[in-house]
Amino acid sequence: MKFVVAVKQVPDTAEVRIDPERGTLIRDGVPSIMNPFDAYALEEALKWRDELGGIVTVITMGPPQAEAVLREAISMGADDAILVSDRAFAGADTWATSHTLAAAVTQLGDVDAVFFGKQAIDGDTAQTGPSVAASLDWPQITFIGKVRELNEKQITAERYVETGTQVVQADLPVVVTILKDANVPRVPSLRGKMKSRKAQIPVWGLVDLGLTEEETGLNGSPTKVVVTATPEARTGGQIHEGSTEELVSKLADLLLGEEGGE
Amino acid sequence: MDYMLNEDLLAIKEICTEIGDKHILPIRAELDEENKFPREIMNVIAQSDLFTIYIPEAYGGTGMGSMALAVATEELSRYCGGVAVSYAANALGAMPILLMGSEEQKKKYLPMLASGEKLCAFALTESEAGSDAGGVKTRAIKDGDHYILNGTKQWITNGGEAQIYTVIALTDPERGARGASAFIVEEGTPGFSYGKKEDKMGIRASATRELVFEDCRIPAENLISREGFGFMVAMKTLDNSRPGVAAQAVGIAQGALDEALKYAEQRKQFGVKINSFQGLQFMLADMGTQIEAARALTYAAAGLIDSGSKNFNKVSAMAKVFASDVAMKVTVDAVQILGGYGYMKEYPVEKMMRDAKITQIYEGTNQIQRSVIAKAMIKEAKRK
Repeated sequence: MKFVVAVKQVPDTAEVRIDPERGTLIRDGVPSIMNPFDAYALEEALKWRDELGGIVTVITMGPPQAEAVLREAISMGADDAILVSDRAFAGADTWATSHTLAAAVTQLGDVDAVFFGKQAIDGDTAQTGPSVAASLDWPQITFIGKVRELNEKQITAERYVETGTQVVQADLPVVVTILKDANVPRVPSLRGKMKSRKAQIPVWGLVDLGLTEEETGLNGSPTKVVVTATPEARTGGQIHEGSTEELVSKLADLLLGEEGGE
Repeated sequence: MDYMLNEDLLAIKEICTEIGDKHILPIRAELDEENKFPREIMNVIAQSDLFTIYIPEAYGGTGMGSMALAVATEELSRYCGGVAVSYAANALGAMPILLMGSEEQKKKYLPMLASGEKLCAFALTESEAGSDAGGVKTRAIKDGDHYILNGTKQWITNGGEAQIYTVIALTDPERGARGASAFIVEEGTPGFSYGKKEDKMGIRASATRELVFEDCRIPAENLISREGFGFMVAMKTLDNSRPGVAAQAVGIAQGALDEALKYAEQRKQFGVKINSFQGLQFMLADMGTQIEAARALTYAAAGLIDSGSKNFNKVSAMAKVFASDVAMKVTVDAVQILGGYGYMKEYPVEKMMRDAKITQIYEGTNQIQRSVIAKAMIKEAKRK
């Protein structure tokens, strides 16, 4: 079996702050990590590879330093990795990103399944996986909480959605997006880390993928960000002190005063 | 302090930190409370190749040696001394085979220990043979191409959880310690059963159990080295493993200091953080200094073993004595810094204090270690 896992390098949102003036992320000094949901996608692919045999190739689209997440994936057990990187890819929205990633999957050839995390924690769109499926014209199963069965021909998976669980079957090749319910991602192994240090990671750019500048990056992105703004910070509210009786009557007055408007 | 650890050692440290954060921290209190062996954590450790580091590449390991084992043990101990010893006891159990085993024994057993498919344990101690390891009573009588074992081993770390045991038994009781031999015994061998499981003060995640041999027949090829070499196998094994106990002690102490520093930054009394009080600062300074000194000595001992030196039993004993005494002192001080909270099970330092105590006792009490150190020093002085 030939599995691809698409991962993304994201700023560690636990450490990220927002510049209130400009409404943008302050990325200086913020560590970059593998998008946490992608670890579940990777584990799922590794698990099925371990069972069925085959290889897991990790891909990411990003700047040269995004190679770090590919090495991390190799340390966890991925067989090889491709960095999809080109100046022309910069500023891509989810459409242009998906178009580019789909080209990379096509280039790899004979892929049975592409695994995504359910969404990235920076953009939070959850669009790239489904959009790659559309670009490839492959079936997709999103929000998978459990892969029931995977074989050479088909996948059967449980989608965890608001209304309950859907059991969905699709023919391969397929694109799937994985929830954190699906598994517990493995810890990197020592041999994996040794391998990841030495791994040669090819870089595929515009020419390698046979794409044009018009269909990639900012040029290929129909979405334009008009403005980003930060919601106003909440103020602390009021603190009242006193006995329970006093506080209850004060609270009642305040609520009636604001809501009731006698 | 930066010890300029190489990439492999840093990789080991990172892996252990990740295992600690994700797999040990969330359940260490439960393992302690319930006296529960960390089987799932052992599986994670196996999967991350940590059982390979003390086994040569020729036998399925990564052959990284004592320093690597010390780094791994220390880092895991920062999270839980019980989990860490369950890991490190595998190295102790494998050591007789590594040091003195035949090529066939190495080929047969080491790969399954490196992969973590089987766990391992070392069995020397008996009810009447502790510091005086020569007092072993378990008998091994040759019977054709078998040995028949009879006796009871006590306080065996990983007992009941391991599948492969290296056991010291007497083949010639009249010769005392020189009549001891080392054997490999596999779980499931008829006549081999497990006895009482101990309820301990600390390192409660680890399994400590009796091994009972009643006319247990094992193949003669399971003899390690030669008859009469058992005591030597045991002493060499312990000399090699002592930096591991030292590393465990350093890790426990570091874990306690980390908790004390965190608490002292958050806790306010008299309107200020308690780490602004000089009395407390002096405690923290001593704790940090002692840990660093213990770590340096531990790494020096492990490094000496890795250098191929034959003359390391003194330094190895020094590291064990010093680091374990530091661990005891530092964990007691950590409880003191956390005050009433430190005494409560809700906070981890009381467990660390209970875990630390054993490092002064097992794999040779600190009193025995001091004898070893003094004898070595006296011998060295005579040679000058």
